[in-house]
Parts: sequence; structure tokens; C-alpha cells
Amino acid sequence: MSDGKLLEVDFGVGGITTQARPREMGDDLHSESMIVNLGPAHPATHGTIRIVAEISGEKILDADVDVGYLHRGFEKMCETVDYNQVMPYTDRLNYVSPIINNFGWCHTIEKLLEIEAPKRAQYIRVILSEISRVSDHLTCLGASAMELGAFTVMLYMMEARELLWDLLEEVTGARLTVSFGRVGGVKDDLTDGFGDKMKVVFKQVREHLVNCDRLLTRNRIFIERMCDIAVLSKEDAISYSLTGPMLRGSGVNYDVRKAFPYSSYDEFDFEVPLGSKGDNYDRFLVRFHEMEQSLRICEQAIAKLPAGPVIVDDPHIALMPKDEVYNSIDGMINHFELVMYGVKPPKGSVYHAVEGGNGELGFYVVSDGSGKPYRAHVRAPSFIHMGSMRKMLLGVNISDLIPTFGMINMIGGECDR
Amino acid sequence: MVAAARSIEELSEVLSGACGQCLVEKVVERGDLIVTVLPNDLASVLRTCKENPQLDFNLLVDITAVDWMDARKERFEVVYQLLSLSARSRLCIKVAVSEDKPEVPTATGLWNGANFLEREVWDMFGIRFLGHPDLRRILLYEEFVGHPLRKDYPVQAKQPRVPLRAPEVENTARRMQRPDLVTISSRKNTEEKSEQKTA
Repeated sequence: MSDGKLLEVDFGVGGITTQARPREMGDDLHSESMIVNLGPAHPATHGTIRIVAEISGEKILDADVDVGYLHRGFEKMCETVDYNQVMPYTDRLNYVSPIINNFGWCHTIEKLLEIEAPKRAQYIRVILSEISRVSDHLTCLGASAMELGAFTVMLYMMEARELLWDLLEEVTGARLTVSFGRVGGVKDDLTDGFGDKMKVVFKQVREHLVNCDRLLTRNRIFIERMCDIAVLSKEDAISYSLTGPMLRGSGVNYDVRKAFPYSSYDEFDFEVPLGSKGDNYDRFLVRFHEMEQSLRICEQAIAKLPAGPVIVDDPHIALMPKDEVYNSIDGMINHFELVMYGVKPPKGSVYHAVEGGNGELGFYVVSDGSGKPYRAHVRAPSFIHMGSMRKMLLGVNISDLIPTFGMINMIGGECDR
Repeated sequence: MVAAARSIEELSEVLSGACGQCLVEKVVERGDLIVTVLPNDLASVLRTCKENPQLDFNLLVDITAVDWMDARKERFEVVYQLLSLSARSRLCIKVAVSEDKPEVPTATGLWNGANFLEREVWDMFGIRFLGHPDLRRILLYEEFVGHPLRKDYPVQAKQPRVPLRAPEVENTARRMQRPDLVTISSRKNTEEKSEQKTA
């Protein structure tokens, strides 16, 4: 710091005289790296997350990603309740697409029991899961677009999401915490005229998507903020255990629905969009195109929806119809047993994964033969994707942190469990 | 579009050929192949699974643990889920870990994704991953007492209150030494105003 001569500057306004030192090049520029703490309650990170970034100018030199602010002991809680009572807890994992979590849990327990849900239940699961997936992607893309200044897109997407949630509400009775899955099937059949309503809603949703596409996909501001930022190569994406749109954005063809078909996904015709570069823009494009594919799956499923029951006919797994419970002694005993002691899968451990909104949503469940899970573990895609965030942030500008975080689509409930 | 998935029998055979002497147990349970290895062999088995082109388990899906308490000779069991993208097959590797020495070698050298997963297992079960570059708690805070997913940790347990921490992030802006660029030397106006007020 050189001792510059103080310069008398007379602004002549109201007689105020100020003293300023003439600036020299590199004189008082602060050139050390600086540590910036972002979060845990930052308005631009939708979710409680803390990132401690070391920055030099605007470039991020290093970042420490700190998760866990929403930890509420999901896995410990699961050990204290029976298998069907876990359902409301799974709603609160990825709360933007809770139905997928419900059905992921159901599939895992069904694998443990070595049973399969009836065909109609599987199709209903597919329809509801795909609607949820679209709403999940809409939330992710809408919020990210808003953060980059495209507020209209967010409003269009939120409206489309509301329309889809109305559909879900019609079937499940709730918008977010649906608890619609049951071990062995689903709680209820689709409502009358659901197919027609879906047709109307999908038409509106598609119009919104076309509008969003026009506003966003070729928008220069958006492209310049998203392209070539936070690039992950194929090898890196695999090494960081990424799945879902993050992995497919890097060009790796892996979709649980195609690779390990569950719930009759092999009976539908759909495509898996892949990115080419692995930057934020590819992740955006993959999500955008996946929405159309999900809508296609729903339409195919509703067109060939098979008739039949929606839950297995086994009194040790599913509750019996109420008239049998009230009018027969077996029915009442079975009902009592199931309510008091729950489903009792045989001993063993099982891992099963479904394609969640963000990636492979896996459950690892250990049964000791009692009515409660001995151990339940969730393989939460958001949590694992956060592990790759440091790698993606290195070298990008601090303003690119927000879109990168948006494209990871971390959902606090799922990440922190 | 995708090549046919590898059958369990085929995978089982290749695995026996590649690291058969390390496998303590090999079972097929509900359509999944589950192998058990000893902690000493874990690192080499994981490396073989990843690097052997016939196995090609390139994606580490999950790491978790189970606390068996007195039900088994070794209290803990660490469970790895591997996935081969090329062959579309899964493999589950289990390793028993004793309570006295809850340690297993890290897999961070093979997969970067192991970093967060191993930190979570350390946080929840207190199993150390030897050679992990940054084994801190992840979901819980540093002052947390115990490891909550152990079976002897009560569900209703309360934790002591944590005193206010010293800010761990130094505010480097405070180190900046720069003179004020603008200083107001005389305040004629304010003086005049105050005079007016008193008058």
C-alpha cells in the first residue's frame, strides 16, 4: 500500500469538500482469494444447503458442499413402524414427486415378499409415476429458468404443474403427501372419466410446454448461461455415481425403466433422450424431452389399461374388503392381524431401484421376519448428485453456481432424509 | 437398442473365475447375486469388479451398513451395490465388520461417488473407511454424540445443546486494509442546520 498524496476535491455543492487519493493500477485491488459462505438459508438455493466457496474474483477455486440441514432420521423412523406405515415417510423424501417414492418402496417390499402387484395396479402406478415425473421436471426447470430471469416460463410451468397435480388430486385425494401406494398394489382405482380428463389436461400441458420451448430453448440469454457450464464427461459422471437426467445429460444411456424394467415398463414405447456434452444445457434438454416421453407413456397406459383388481388378493398383505371384515370371522381376524402386526416378509435383504425424478431411487431393506423393517436405507439420487457438485463448480463463475445447483435439482427431503 | 442383460449364472461364473478365492459366500437371493467377502479382501475384490473387462462394474450405486447387534458374530455389515452399465447387471457385495475394529478400506480411489456414501456410513454407524480423504460427518453436525443408526442408539435419544460455534469461515474482507476513498472533512451544512434548530 503506497502512501498516495491526498487530493483535495471540491465538489462545490453546499461547500462539502472531500479528500480522495488518486488510484493507481493494482494499488488497492484485493487480489487474495476470498471465502464466501452461501446458505444454508439463501433465497436462490431452493433447499437448505450450505456451500462454502473459495473464490478469486468471480471464479470458484474450491467449494465445500455441506448437506444435512433437513435430516430427520428417515431410516431410523422406518425401523419403528410397519411396512405400510412407512408410506407417509416416503412421501416426504422427494416431495415434488412423492408417488414415485411410494411405489419404489412398494416394489421393494413386493420383491421381498416375492409377489407382484396385479396388472391393473402396475399400469396405474405407471400413469401416476409418469405424471409425477413431469411435475418434478417442471418444478426443476421452472425454478431454474426463473433464476436466470425467465419469469414467464416459471409461471407457465407452474400452471402446467397445477393442472397435473389436479389430476393426481382427483385420484389420490392429496396434492403433495399422497401416501397412495400400498404393499401389493395401490390404494384405489382410477376415478371414472380419468382418461378423458387426462386427455384435456395433457393438451393444455403440451401447449404450455410449446410456449416454454419457444421462450427458453433458443433463448440467447438462457443458452449463454447454460452452455458449456459445469461440464461432466461420461467417465466423470459414471465415477460420481450419477444417475437419471444428470447421467443421461452426459450421454450415458442408462434409465432404470429400460435397463431393469419394473411395473410393466417394458410394455410401453418410449425413448430415452441423451445429452452430448454433459453441461447444464444438456441436463435441461434431457429433462425437457423426458416430459414429452412421460406424457406418451401415460397415454399408452391409459389406452390399454387392463381390467381387474388393483391390489393383491392376499389377506396377509392387503386389507380385505370391508363387508368381509364386518360379516365374517376370518375377515375380521385377518384385518386385525394386518392392522396390529403388519405385513411380515420372510427374512432376507433386498435392493430394488426405480427411476425417480432425479435418478435411480433405490431402497435397501433388511427383514428379520417381523412386521417392522430391521433396516431400511434409501439410495437418494439428490444426495449422491450433491457429491459431484464440487467437481462441477471448480472453475465456473460464482453466478453459475445457482443454475448448476438448479440442474442437480436437489430436493432437501430426499438429500438429507 | 440395449444389449441383452447378462444372466445371473453367467455373472456368477465370471466372478468365481476372477476372484473365487476371496468369496466367502455366494448366494442368489430373489434374483440378485449377493457375495460376501472378508474385510482384507474387499479392496482387491472391488478393484477386480471394476477393472476386469468381463465384469465391468463401472458404477457404484450405493454403500450402506447394517447393525446386527448380537444376532451375528461380527456386529456390522457393510453393503455395496454395484452396477455394470454395459452388461446391465447388478452385484451386491457384503463385508462383515467387527465391533472392536470397525474399519474397512475406502473405495474413493475407484469411484469418486464413494466419498459422500462413505461419509454417510461413518456418520450413521461409526464405521471408519481407511484412506478416505475427508472422513467428516455429513448429515449430522460435528458435535453430535454417537452414531444414530446403530441399534443401541435409542430412537427417542436427546442430544446435548451445542454452544455457539466460533465462525469457522474467516471473513477475509476484514483483512483488507484500504483507506476510505471519500472522507467528509467539514460539515458546514450540518452545523448551519443545527444552529438554525437551536435558534
